[in-house]
Amino acid sequence: MPDPLPTNPARVGALSAHFRAENEGTIVIKGGRVVDATGERDADVVTADGRIAAVGADLDGDRSLDAGGCVVAPGLVDLHAHLRQPGHEEAETIESGSRCAALGGFTAVVAMPNTTPAIDSAAVVREVQELGRNALCAVHPAGAITVGRAGAQLAQLAEMADLGVRLFTDDGTGVQDDLLMRRAMEYCVGLPQPVVLAQHCENTALAAGGHMHEGEWSSRLGIAGQPHEAEEAMVARDIALARLTGARIHMQHMSTAGSVALIAEARASGLAVSAEATPHHMLLTHAECATFDPVFKVNPPLRTEADVAAVCAGVVEDTLDVIATDHAPHPADAKDEPFDLAPPGMLGLEFALGVALSVLDLPIAKVLARLSWRPAAIVGMSDTQGGPVEVGRPANLCVIDPFATWTVEAGRTASRSRNVPYVGRTLKGQVRHTIYQGEPVVIDGTAQR
Amino acid sequence: MKHLLDTASLDRDDIDELMELTDAFVEVSQRPIPKVPTLRGRTVALLFYEDSTRTRLSFETAAKRLSADTMTFGVSGSSVTKGESLRDTALTIEAMGVDAVVVRHRSSGAPHRVASWIDASVINGGDGWHDHPTQGLLDCYTLRARLGSLTGRRIAIVGDVKHSRVARADVWAFAALGAEVVLVAPPTLLPPSVEGWPVTVAHHLDDVLGSVDVVALLRMQRERTTEALIPSLREYTARYGLTVARARRLGENAVIMHPGPMNRGVEIAPEVADDPRAVIVDQVRNGVALRMAVLFRLLGAEARSAPAVVDLPAEPAEAVRA
Repeated sequence: MPDPLPTNPARVGALSAHFRAENEGTIVIKGGRVVDATGERDADVVTADGRIAAVGADLDGDRSLDAGGCVVAPGLVDLHAHLRQPGHEEAETIESGSRCAALGGFTAVVAMPNTTPAIDSAAVVREVQELGRNALCAVHPAGAITVGRAGAQLAQLAEMADLGVRLFTDDGTGVQDDLLMRRAMEYCVGLPQPVVLAQHCENTALAAGGHMHEGEWSSRLGIAGQPHEAEEAMVARDIALARLTGARIHMQHMSTAGSVALIAEARASGLAVSAEATPHHMLLTHAECATFDPVFKVNPPLRTEADVAAVCAGVVEDTLDVIATDHAPHPADAKDEPFDLAPPGMLGLEFALGVALSVLDLPIAKVLARLSWRPAAIVGMSDTQGGPVEVGRPANLCVIDPFATWTVEAGRTASRSRNVPYVGRTLKGQVRHTIYQGEPVVIDGTAQR
Repeated sequence: MKHLLDTASLDRDDIDELMELTDAFVEVSQRPIPKVPTLRGRTVALLFYEDSTRTRLSFETAAKRLSADTMTFGVSGSSVTKGESLRDTALTIEAMGVDAVVVRHRSSGAPHRVASWIDASVINGGDGWHDHPTQGLLDCYTLRARLGSLTGRRIAIVGDVKHSRVARADVWAFAALGAEVVLVAPPTLLPPSVEGWPVTVAHHLDDVLGSVDVVALLRMQRERTTEALIPSLREYTARYGLTVARARRLGENAVIMHPGPMNRGVEIAPEVADDPRAVIVDQVRNGVALRMAVLFRLLGAEARSAPAVVDLPAEPAEAVRA
């Protein structure tokens, strides 16, 4: 098992051991520029008892975190992370996954339900919530739409919503049955809580077991591909069903130019649909698969340059209003196989912000909107996550150096897995500190526990 | 050259060199005792994850005629699911001390993965739908023997190109030697994209028969009908089979190829398979000499210069029998 501690000696700064030993008292985040949904201003931020106690000039605290040259923002919120627990602890645990999240600036993640057993009942929801209590960020289980994510029978959606579940998905697969999906939407409209149905858009018949994007590279490499249309067919269907039912829907990991266009059109017609882009679909193309290295195998697959451009443009234009990681750990031996036999998925929590700041032509406030307050609002988390940096709010914050450049090194991750697709790439924008419920869980790029 | 993983990375000089070496080993094969000591003390492992009697026997024969030791790992598909990763298997074989590994796998790119993990030379013995470089090269050799140069020759590759490693191997090898390649198949049996391929595409065999020097047929598998790629084998044969009537339209110097195993009566009429223009048996025969050339090129070049090999005396007959 890999060393779970992502210690990076090069990044341990002046803040020393006495700091980590003490978690009581006030903390002042000094010298940064506060950026949140309300705007930007230069200010120090003081936290006490897990909340923001003061925001202003020349503040003091028992301890100090340097934010010179940095942005101080609400913690990031990931609507799409696979933490693998229960059932696949060899790949990730809620603890190790939450450490990745904290290192990436996230103070909350929505944990996908494709665990073993699937998160499809109150019992498993409670287990994940319990495991998340000691995590380095807030862990909110997503519930499965169907029992066992098998696509045949509705899961007990109301029972899970009563426990706080706000996002339902069969992620890993899309709900194939059109009528069942209609019923899921209708049923959710009638729940007492506002919930969102999130879809992994993949028509499995059209995807036909494809392991990568169907096109120039799949043809050259002799690997079965899945076409754009396998995704777009389900995006179009769900837009139609959302019109029919009035349900709140969310499109996960949009990867094609056609999907972006469908969502833009639906949004323009007034439909309440949100949609995510992943870091990898904003940066990597199917040409990466040319070496047959399954670290580049992911679902939906890496697509063409035109798709990457369309996804980035979709984020810039706000059609894709959320950046979500689809952090998907797999142990090394699972990827030590030929391309078609390896499972799809890549790590993302520690790299999402750096990729987003590197590839998007957007002011940092707009990048943060898509990484923090928008996703928080979609799952009804705005009271605790993604809210303005103001007195009385829970102290869930991240401190980002937007101009720091860093090169992704093989093996340097807090994940139990190593499937990082960005090794050797230089990214711009780095997380310095992460504060979760007032606790500095990451200081100078180093996890504190 | 450390590995032989695909034909697309070979240029004309690489192929010409292998053709010349193959000439030399054809000569060796015609000797009363067709064996040379060139690779004595070297070990060639045959890692076959997929049943393939003819390719395995061809490599094994080639290695033995070069006096290399061989070991065969036949790995059924099921042992993959028993828990050992491809990497672990590759490292295990390397630990036994091998100089080259021939990898046959139903997954495209498996030989590339193995090459990234071990120091020994890796030869792609056929991977998924991707490539089968020794087949592509022996097809080049066979055509060269019949036609002389391939430059400007028009070659039709007919059939299930989409699922064919032989087609992908041939396309790049033929194109490197200056041939014009036309792929002939219904759209369902073509790759989704041929962008960047040095080919043209036709959907009707009858349209191209009058203009081609070579017809390279591909094996048509029965399961393609259940995948709704073609309605029936009967309809396939009617549109794409090299029937007697179609073969009659080919020139008397035309060449008919098939990598085997043939489905007589499906992609090729029984009479056509035995036509003097067909080189199907030559392909198999040349396969051994070509694979000797590849093994020599990867393993022997560091010890001996290429021309010297044919001058080496044959082994004593007793040694061969033993």
